[in-house]
Amino acid sequence: MTAVAVNNIVKTYGKKKEVAALYDISFEVPQGELFGVIGPDGAGKTSLFRILTTLLLADSGSATVDGFDVVKDYKAIRKRVGYMPGKFSLYPDLSVEENLNFFATIFNTSIEENYELIKDIYIQIEPFKKRKAGKLSGGMKQKLALSCALIHRPSVLFLDEPTTGVDAVSRKEFWEMLKGLKQQGITILVSTPYMDEAGLCDRVALVQNGKILSINTPQGVVQEFPYPLWAIRSDKMLALQREAAKLSSVQDIYPFGEYHHVVLKKGSTAAQLEEFIQAHQVDNAEMKTATPDIEDCFIALMKPSIDTATDSLNENASK
Amino acid sequence: MRTLKFLLQKEFRQIFRDPSILRIILVMPVIQLLILPWAADYEMKNIKLAVVDQDHSEYSRQLINKITSSGYFTLTSYSGSWEQSLEQVERDKADLILQIPLHFEQQLVKEDEAALFMAINAINGVKAGLGGAYLQRIIGEYNREVRMKWIQFPRFNPDTQIEVTSSNWFNPLMNYKYFMVPGILVILLTMVGTNLSAINIVREKEIGTIEQINVTPIKKYHFVLGKLIPFWILGLVVLTIGLTISRLFYGIIPAGSFITIYIFAAVYLLAVLGLGLLISTHSANQQQAMLLSFFLMMIFILLGGLYTSIDSMPEWAKWITRFNPVSYFIEVMRMVILKGSTLVDIKMHLLIMCGFAVGLNGWAVWSYRKRS
Repeated sequence: MTAVAVNNIVKTYGKKKEVAALYDISFEVPQGELFGVIGPDGAGKTSLFRILTTLLLADSGSATVDGFDVVKDYKAIRKRVGYMPGKFSLYPDLSVEENLNFFATIFNTSIEENYELIKDIYIQIEPFKKRKAGKLSGGMKQKLALSCALIHRPSVLFLDEPTTGVDAVSRKEFWEMLKGLKQQGITILVSTPYMDEAGLCDRVALVQNGKILSINTPQGVVQEFPYPLWAIRSDKMLALQREAAKLSSVQDIYPFGEYHHVVLKKGSTAAQLEEFIQAHQVDNAEMKTATPDIEDCFIALMKPSIDTATDSLNENASK
Repeated sequence: MRTLKFLLQKEFRQIFRDPSILRIILVMPVIQLLILPWAADYEMKNIKLAVVDQDHSEYSRQLINKITSSGYFTLTSYSGSWEQSLEQVERDKADLILQIPLHFEQQLVKEDEAALFMAINAINGVKAGLGGAYLQRIIGEYNREVRMKWIQFPRFNPDTQIEVTSSNWFNPLMNYKYFMVPGILVILLTMVGTNLSAINIVREKEIGTIEQINVTPIKKYHFVLGKLIPFWILGLVVLTIGLTISRLFYGIIPAGSFITIYIFAAVYLLAVLGLGLLISTHSANQQQAMLLSFFLMMIFILLGGLYTSIDSMPEWAKWITRFNPVSYFIEVMRMVILKGSTLVDIKMHLLIMCGFAVGLNGWAVWSYRKRS
């Protein structure tokens, strides 16, 4: 069964509709999937989530959540979705317990009724339940917000950048929690600007400037990477990048951790690059093959210089 | 109902946890009611008078004595030169110049008439008007006294005389505090009602909680009622505090019944809370809400009949006051407290106020959107 279906959604802002936040977006998310919407700031992720949670009206196109239309059946949707906005938005002057209780009651339920669902998450903040929500640490706020979004046992959960501004350990914990929720059969849509989190989703949509660049499983996205990829390093990284960019076989080069990732043009061999590395032995230059990850794919999709390649990827995506 | 109960519980918790709200609710009425009525005085006292006495006679001295002993004027300069006195006015050391010309006494005795000249600094219109009027009355009285001394009364009074005596109804001693305190109390109630409700909802917008609320199946009217009821109760508390202060400090005991005041205040509070809601639905942040309510408050106060009488306003301004809820409540407060009006006497006011309450709240609920 389809939990979320989006058809040709268009949303523009501004008086003359000059700013397009979402441009003809379509995708489907089956029930029980952990679906990631990955894209940089300003890609349109929040607009998309606000449309799906009935807070925002799209200019055109339609969308359903759990089979209900976001415009006509908004009342039904509000009963069955959980939404966690990007900004912490619980009452800072109410305590942890009071916040949770409040959200439980306005959904006509109680903490006890759905305690099973939030137990794993809530148990971590329960020792602080008398503390005011505004005085919690970032990670604890996140857990509380998730608990509040889950308290009415939603069938679809929308998490808008839940891990932005949260430390690495808490982020990891948070994704563990999402996996646990997925096992309970809850469909989860999560947006994030972090590429490394894409690999934790069942499927991801790469979004930029209001357009979907690609929808696939994380593995699929990586497998579709059509170029030979190498990693190079030397003692003089900056000079190395500048000079390697001049090579005729090099499509793109960008810093990637300790190494530079070198994207070669389709069908070209590494011979020229090898020669180049040989010539820079003085600076301890070295090279190795690299396996592309989501970030490489995203960079390749984003670069306008490789338009033709993007098209071919898009074709794959729409299939 | 259960939802509403929890919404109210949450609102009250938040209010009682916010020390600044409690401070505003408790301290503001006390301070305003204790200070403002003393400062907002209609009577002009200590008007600075400069006298140009070019006569230096018995009569001129008598006149000056009479003026200064009235208590309204303080003699700040006494000279024989007009220029000197005018300079005093220019330096703002005098508000009024009274010139007693040469041969004042002579003229008065011989010709039975004499002229005086009065120049008034009209920068402060109220002061100038009242000061001039006071001075004229004192001179008039002086005139009568002088004549009384001279005239040998015949058996029958040669002129026909109409004597006017007045008695002040409802406020026999013309105690302006009886008049001001109820009005200030109305302003207080209006400020508490409008500002608190407007800022409260806008704060939910600012911290983003309204977004969370909007995705819940909570009903619009539940949310709005959850906001209205706490501030409605707080408004009535402020009214009670205000009435207590006016009784303890100014000895104001309403001639009418407290029930009448509370019934009207209950409806009035609904109207101003509706206004607050309306402001909040049209503002994105607290600054906007504050500025908007400040702007409206200025109009309400200045066109509310608190400081200036509505009857003396031009026709167009009178029309504006008809759309000003504050003007109705001020009138009702004065009617009930001073005159002892009953519900029957204020039924038109009450009806109009119901109209305001329904209209403003309806508009506010209509423009509050759970989605954009």
